[in-house]
This record gives sequence, C-alpha cells and structure tokens, in this order.
Amino acid sequence: MSPREHLADALRQRCGLTGTHLGCEHGVCGACTVRVDGAAIRGCLMLAVQADGRQVRTIEGAGDDPVMQALQHAFVERNALQCGYCTGGFLLTAAELLELDPDPSREAIREYLSGNLCRCTGYQAIVDAVELAARRLRGQSGTDVALP
Amino acid sequence: MKPAPFAYVRAESFEHALDVLAEHGDDALVLAGGQSLVPMLNLRLVQPAVVLDINALHALSTIDTHAEGGLRLGALVRHREIAIHPVIATRAPLLRAAAPWIAHPAVRHRGTLGGSLALGDPAAEWPACAVALDATIRLASRARGERCVAASAFFQGLYQSDRRADELLVGCEFPRASDDSVFFFRELARRHGDYASVGLAVSARGRPGAWQDLRLVFFGVGDTPVSATACSAALIAGDAFADAQTRLEAELEPRADLWFSAPAKRHLAVQLLRDAWRDLGNPIGGT
Repeated sequence: MSPREHLADALRQRCGLTGTHLGCEHGVCGACTVRVDGAAIRGCLMLAVQADGRQVRTIEGAGDDPVMQALQHAFVERNALQCGYCTGGFLLTAAELLELDPDPSREAIREYLSGNLCRCTGYQAIVDAVELAARRLRGQSGTDVALP
Repeated sequence: MKPAPFAYVRAESFEHALDVLAEHGDDALVLAGGQSLVPMLNLRLVQPAVVLDINALHALSTIDTHAEGGLRLGALVRHREIAIHPVIATRAPLLRAAAPWIAHPAVRHRGTLGGSLALGDPAAEWPACAVALDATIRLASRARGERCVAASAFFQGLYQSDRRADELLVGCEFPRASDDSVFFFRELARRHGDYASVGLAVSARGRPGAWQDLRLVFFGVGDTPVSATACSAALIAGDAFADAQTRLEAELEPRADLWFSAPAKRHLAVQLLRDAWRDLGNPIGGT
C-alpha cells in the first residue's frame, strides 16, 4: 500500500466497502466519515497506514447497532435523504452524538452535524430524524413528532 | 485530490523523530492530527519528501500540571480532550471555552494542539489563546536540545513561526489562572465550525475599574494573532469605551476574506470587543 493513500480510498478500493463516499477530499463535506476506535473521523484526512492496528467501522458494519437502526428507520420515515450521497456520513456522526447525549436539543444536533454537508434536504428533515430516533431510543414513542 | 508521493516515517521514539528532522529539515513535514496537513497534501499545496508521523509518541499526549500550578500540554493533546478534560476547565478556562469553536466533532477528535500551534493559521483558535494566556511553546531538536519561546514571539508571519526546520514542537505551557482571572472567547463565522472571519480571545485579571494584564488577541484579522495593545492600554487606563474603540480601529489592519471586506471585519472586531467588555461586567457608555 502506498503511504499517500488515505483511509477512505483504501476502504473503497482495497476492501470494496463503497459505502464510505468521497465528496471534497479535503475535510469539508463529511461524506467519508468513518469511526476509528469508536471516534467519528474524516476518512479522507487519515492516511490508511495510520489505521494499522485500529478498529475501523464503516457504514456497512454499523447496521446491527440499535442506535444506527433507529436512525436509519427515522431517516427513511422523515425523508431525511434524497440522493443519499451524504447519508452514511450523517448516520455515523449522528450515532456518535446519540451515544454521547441521548437527549440532544435541536441546536445541539445541528451543531454536531455542522461538519456534514447535504445539498438535497436543507437539513430540516435530518434534524427531525435524529430527534425522532433519539426520542425512540429513550423509550418514548416518537409519534408526537408532527408530520409537516 | 490525491497527495504526491512521499516517504512515510512513523517515529518510534522521541529521539527518532528528532533524528529524522535533523536529517531532512524542510523536506520533512510532521504529521500530528493531520486535519490541516492532510488537506494540504491532498490539494498538493505541500509536497514533502518525508511525512513524519508522531502519533505513536504517547509521551506527547499528556496533560500535566507543573510546579507553579500551570498546565503543561503535550503537542499531541487533541482538541476534544481539551474540550472535556476537567483540569483544563479549572486551570485554563479560556482553552475550555475555545475548544468547541474549533471546526467540527470529527476534526476535533483528530486535530492536535501542537499541530495547530506549529501551523499557525491566522484564523485558528489555539495561536490566539496561547498569546492571550502568555503561554510558552516548547521546541526540541537534536542539535540544540530543548528551548522555550513565548507565544507572543512565536508567531512571526503568515504560516511563519520561530520553529526551525529541525525542531519538533513538543508542547505548550499555560500559566495558572489566578483567582481574579477572567476570560472571554468568541468568534464570528458564516457557519459553525468554519474558520473564523474574526475572533477574539481575552484574558485579564481584576475587576471593572481595576483591570491589569488585559490581553485582547484578535484572530482572522492579520497574518498572525493580533494583540490590540493600544486598545487594551486605553481600557486599563479607564478611558471611555469609544476612545478604546477608536484605538482598536486604528491598530487593526484586516484583509478581506471571501465573505467580508476589510472595513466589515474591522466593524465585526469592534462588535466582539463590545461583547467582551460587556461580558466582563464593564459599562459601555453611550452606544
């Protein structure tokens, strides 16, 4: 492996894990978000050789996690995606937020997701979906979130 | 958006890192958190022969208190650690206040204090805080051993610092906040986490009407953190706020960025000064 290869490229091209998307490749868009030893990071800003000996979790490996499942269902219900290019990054970042804070305010959700760009949704539905998932994970029904 | 080829060296020890820098000098770039260096590599703004990865040097990841009660932070302490570590909140509250302003969570997980100081981006938070807190930056080289530089003398120009090519920035020391120390930190950007268009870090001791060691350090308005010394002298002397504002407007020479003209930045800097002065409990006078 060439040391100049970043982690997201290695995941996509060597591991065939194409759920990690590449948008800007300079740390602005968040589409390449993966979790390394639990921390959500930019896959384009870590060299693949730096992941030696670390646990890397991509969106492909996150589906059996209850927090992720709640987020995925809520994203579908609230139309929190259109083209889907940014979605994996949003889900991984939102999952980290809900692990740290099970009851975030809308402002806190927006702030935590501020490093992930979405050009389709205008973010409102994404914040709605994270809020809904959080509510369900806290054992509340979530049905009182009014549909527009 | 792929880096040009480089040789990757993972420092196995502190001495090894200094050896690599001694051998390669300017041809080597140090990889700490990589949140500025890797974008620069990807964009080919830099094309080093050697990338020296210091992440395995765990001795540089420590947060210690030193004899006089100040803080000694290793170069590899990550932004997130500064945001959540209890000793930071009590001993260096300005750092605690500034950390959440840095970029986004994923960047704060990786980015480091030392990397930010060594790069010296004029819109970054840590250089301004280091100057406002009168911090001391520690550097080491194989040829000359360790030396310390006052933060106020470290930042010399746009991405230019007192660090020499064979030196590793190993950490930063912050004096202990005294009982009457107060701080203020705020920045203005179009989107939370973007580089500040204008920011202000303030450190002072005392109380309204009796301030001393008032340091007003603006960032995003020059090639380095900018200490507004004439403005702070006016405020310490008890001059009217309007007079201090005039001093500030005279001593800042901001350059336009993508969003704000130079006069707009000067205006924003005055607003931040006003926020800070009010936040510290001072009367502003006729607005």
